[in-house]
Amino acid sequence: MKIALTSQGKDLDSDMDPKFGRAAYILIVDTETLEFEALDNSENVNSFRGAGTQAAAMVGNSGAKVLLTGHCGPNAFKTLDAAGVKVVNDVMGTVRSAVKEFDYDKATFAQGADAESYS
Amino acid sequence: MIISVASGKGGTGKTTIATNLAFSLGKGVKVLDCDVEEPNAHLFLHPQIEKTESISTPIPVIDEDKCTYCNKCVEICRYNSIAIIGKTILTFPELCHSCGGCMAVCPEDAITETGRELGVVELGKSGNIDFIHGKLRVGEAMSPPLINEVRSYIEPDSINIIDAPPGTSCPVIAAMKNTDFVLMVTEPTPFGLHDLQLAVEAVKLIDIPCGLVINRSDIGNNDVRAYADKENLPILLEIPFDRKIAEVYSKGYLIVEKMPEYKEKFLELYNSIENIVGKA
Repeated sequence: MKIALTSQGKDLDSDMDPKFGRAAYILIVDTETLEFEALDNSENVNSFRGAGTQAAAMVGNSGAKVLLTGHCGPNAFKTLDAAGVKVVNDVMGTVRSAVKEFDYDKATFAQGADAESYS
Repeated sequence: MIISVASGKGGTGKTTIATNLAFSLGKGVKVLDCDVEEPNAHLFLHPQIEKTESISTPIPVIDEDKCTYCNKCVEICRYNSIAIIGKTILTFPELCHSCGGCMAVCPEDAITETGRELGVVELGKSGNIDFIHGKLRVGEAMSPPLINEVRSYIEPDSINIIDAPPGTSCPVIAAMKNTDFVLMVTEPTPFGLHDLQLAVEAVKLIDIPCGLVINRSDIGNNDVRAYADKENLPILLEIPFDRKIAEVYSKGYLIVEKMPEYKEKFLELYNSIENIVGKA
């Protein structure tokens, strides 16, 4: 399964980025093979407002079914929900350890946003 | 004559100055409270509200039957208020700044307008003063269009006094721009000076003559006066830190109602402004 993770760097040994909409990178990782693709999120990092909506659309369009991140705001959550992407918050450590520890059947998926909009 | 009463720091006395100046001048004056996030001039002028208008701003509605998911509307939107995931389109009305860009670029004419409520404009009379203020809807983040609606009642041939919001951000610029004079209210404290400097820099950018009122003028230090001197900002009125003024204020009265000796000072303040604007 492909999952998305917010990352401070471009590889699996980078630390997770606790922000979603303004995370430095979003890594799309295949949980079976650990093959991954790093999506550059710098355009959203620098956006005026609504970073979460476009980061969420990027995740939705990547084919990932789950997002592991720190916190997720209301507009991002709404977009991810519409895209059928489930969200796990409060994930820390490196991207690699987060992928290893992730178990779809045991994961606690967020029921809503856990951060305020910046607007 | 259009005077905007502004300040960098909040709580320096903008509303006190705006309302007392208006009351001192009396007949034919318009007070426009443009601090739409927390208007308070009405607490001192006690206007009879005669008319309430609901104000909205245009936001897009997308016809999904016409949309071809070309993404052009998403790309032009600086505020990221449209998202497309596969064949799902989401709009975020609260992020939209109503620029109309999405409608202009849509090759399929799939986007039309609807409205998002910004708040209300209320109009009334306080004695012989015309009173107008805006009240931003709770939860709404974008105030400049509502401020512009309040300002649409300006009559340049009368005396218009705008009570601006504090700070230096977009709502402040919306309240101050195209006025004849900015009356900057400050206090002689380090915090007052710090925010005054920011506000004066903002006024320079929009090139409007500016003068100071120093409120609670006998507290703090002399740095505000030194700054005014350096920047050639005239100090047009000083009001001391007086317990009686605080008591009057706390009961919702104007200073000039209970301490009539101040009326002359406010009339002199207006004359000074008129002189400066006349020379500009």
